[in-house]
Amino acid sequence: MKLMLPCSEVTRLVSQGLDRRLGLSERVALRVHLAMCEGCGNFERQMKLLREAVRQLAEAEGPRDTGPHST
Amino acid sequence: MPLPIDFHAQLEGQRDYLLRYATLQLRDSDRAEDCVQETLLAALAGGAGYDGRSSLRTWLTGILKHKIVDAIRRSNREPATALEPEGDASEFDTLFDPRGHWAQAPMAWERPDSALERSQFLAALEACLEQLPARTARAFMMREHMGLETEEICKELGISATNCWVMMYRARMALRLCLERTWK
Ligand SMILES: [Zn+2]
Repeated sequence: MKLMLPCSEVTRLVSQGLDRRLGLSERVALRVHLAMCEGCGNFERQMKLLREAVRQLAEAEGPRDTGPHST
Repeated sequence: MPLPIDFHAQLEGQRDYLLRYATLQLRDSDRAEDCVQETLLAALAGGAGYDGRSSLRTWLTGILKHKIVDAIRRSNREPATALEPEGDASEFDTLFDPRGHWAQAPMAWERPDSALERSQFLAALEACLEQLPARTARAFMMREHMGLETEEICKELGISATNCWVMMYRARMALRLCLERTWK
C-alpha cells in the first residue's frame, strides 16, 4: 500500500474502519494521511458523530409525556 | 415503584408504534409481531424496572431493540434473493478531483451539544435516513442502530462482507451530504 493515499480511498478506509478491524498497513497509512489532511480529519469526525447519533435515535424519538409517571 | 392500574392499557397503546418500528427493521410482519409480543410480555413482567425517567415508548423501544437483534441472530433462514448494493459505484466520484483529492473538502461540524441542537440534529438525520434507498437504509440501521456485526448482516441479507462495506460507505457518504445541506 502506498504511504500517501488519495482522499477518496481514505474515506473508504475510514468507513470500513467502523465495520472491521483494519490491517496494520491500512491503519498506518490512514494515520499518516489524517495527520496531514484537514478535510479527511473533518470527515472522520463527522462519521463518528453520525455513528453516535444513529445509536441515540430510538432514545430520543417520541413525545416525552407518554409515560405513566410525570416528572 | 408501584405500577399504575392502567399500565397494561398504556403498554397496549404503544403496540402500533412498536410494530411499525419492528417491521421497519425486520421487513417481515410475522417476525415483527412476535418481537412486539415478547416485548410487551417482558414489559408486563418487568414493569417495576421502569423508572419513569424516560418515556414509556423509549423504554419499550429499548426492550424491542434487543428482541429484534435476538431474532436476527437466531434466524437461520436463507434470504430469498441476494442483495446487491444499490446505486452506481461512481456516484460519489464528483466529490474528488481526478487525483482523488477532495474537490470540496468537508468542513468541521460543530458538535450539537445543547438539548435543542441535539434534537435538531436528530430530526435532520431522520429526514436524511428516509431519503436513502430502502435496502441500503435497512442494512445501515442494522449496523449502526441495532449494533449488529458485519457477519450477522451478511447472513440476514445474503450479501458478501464486501457488499456490506460498500453499502455502509454509500449510506454514510449520502447521509453526510444530506446533513451538510439540511442541518443548519
Ligand atoms: Zn484527505
